[in-house]
Amino acid sequence: MSDFVQLWVYLSATPLFGLTATLLVYVLAHAAYFRAGQAPWANPVLWSVIVLACGLLATGVSYPSYFAGAQFIHFLLGPAVVALGWPLWLRRAELRQRWGRLLVAALAGGSVAAGSSLLLGRLFGLPQELVLSLVPKSVTAPVAMGIAEQIGGIPALAAVFAVITGLVGALFGKYLFAALRIPTDAEGWAARGFALGTASHGLGAARAMHVNADAGAYAGLALGLQVVLASLLIPLVFKLF
Amino acid sequence: MNALRGMVWLLVFQSAGELLARGLALPLPGPVIGMVLLLLALRWPAVQTPVAECAGFLLSHLSLLFVPVGVGVMTHLSLVSQYGVRMLAVVVLSTLAGLAVTVLSLHLLQGRQPLDAASPPAKDGDV
Repeated sequence: MSDFVQLWVYLSATPLFGLTATLLVYVLAHAAYFRAGQAPWANPVLWSVIVLACGLLATGVSYPSYFAGAQFIHFLLGPAVVALGWPLWLRRAELRQRWGRLLVAALAGGSVAAGSSLLLGRLFGLPQELVLSLVPKSVTAPVAMGIAEQIGGIPALAAVFAVITGLVGALFGKYLFAALRIPTDAEGWAARGFALGTASHGLGAARAMHVNADAGAYAGLALGLQVVLASLLIPLVFKLF
Repeated sequence: MNALRGMVWLLVFQSAGELLARGLALPLPGPVIGMVLLLLALRWPAVQTPVAECAGFLLSHLSLLFVPVGVGVMTHLSLVSQYGVRMLAVVVLSTLAGLAVTVLSLHLLQGRQPLDAASPPAKDGDV
């Protein structure tokens, strides 16, 4: 028994543990997600985070020692943001043709997502630091962290809010779009995907890619646009006011 | 091999983006500048073919990349217990508002001006 404990202490302190645990739990959660017919509630990120966080709390492994391994996955967020240039390139013809309305929708949705979190956060009496960490939540996590840092929020918290925001889009987008009577033809899918990419970044886009190819492509496009718009405009607006 | 080369390109553009962002004190994060640089370089087949393979792989597993930060919620349990419900309410309400405004504005703009989505854009020299 004490051998086992020693082995556990050794393993949980090496980067191998965090990396293996993250990949293993995610692969299992992903399989369960497909078993459940890709139902929104079965979202693999939601369940991976719950299982891993509960597992770490139960075994007493600290977050920093988990992250020593998980950082290898986290690191890939940077190249993934660069890779967003690819869906933009693929859809460059549409972008050139429809840039006006896409830009209007991206600006409208992005400013409502950021502005409403500022207003609601103040309305609900949240501390300033928390409110400022909420503002960039509709942008993909690594960029949200950078924006939060610039405007005086807490980067780590901004990343968590971004993940929750992504999950909200992936979980409830379907029902919201149905309630708004957005059709499921090619244009409807484009609008749905674009909204998911704008308001709930990579996780919304991942959901859109699973559901429909058109929606996925527009989600990738929206995600790339939002990254550029938000990281330019949010710090600028805060500098001016 | 192409996927590996694609990864090299992504990292090269990210590094160039970081250098530009820091060197010129630009207001954009390094990876975002890297994305714009990549977009400009994609017309070049030596960049395009490898990046296609690697970006496709990376973006199809995009949601995995959010797991490590998401688990970080456990380090903020005191904030969560104090403000959790209110924070969640803000996130849910403002995300739904953002989704609704985006989808409706695009839907209305598309409706007013019917798209020629059915016919693919003609290439130069297409008859």
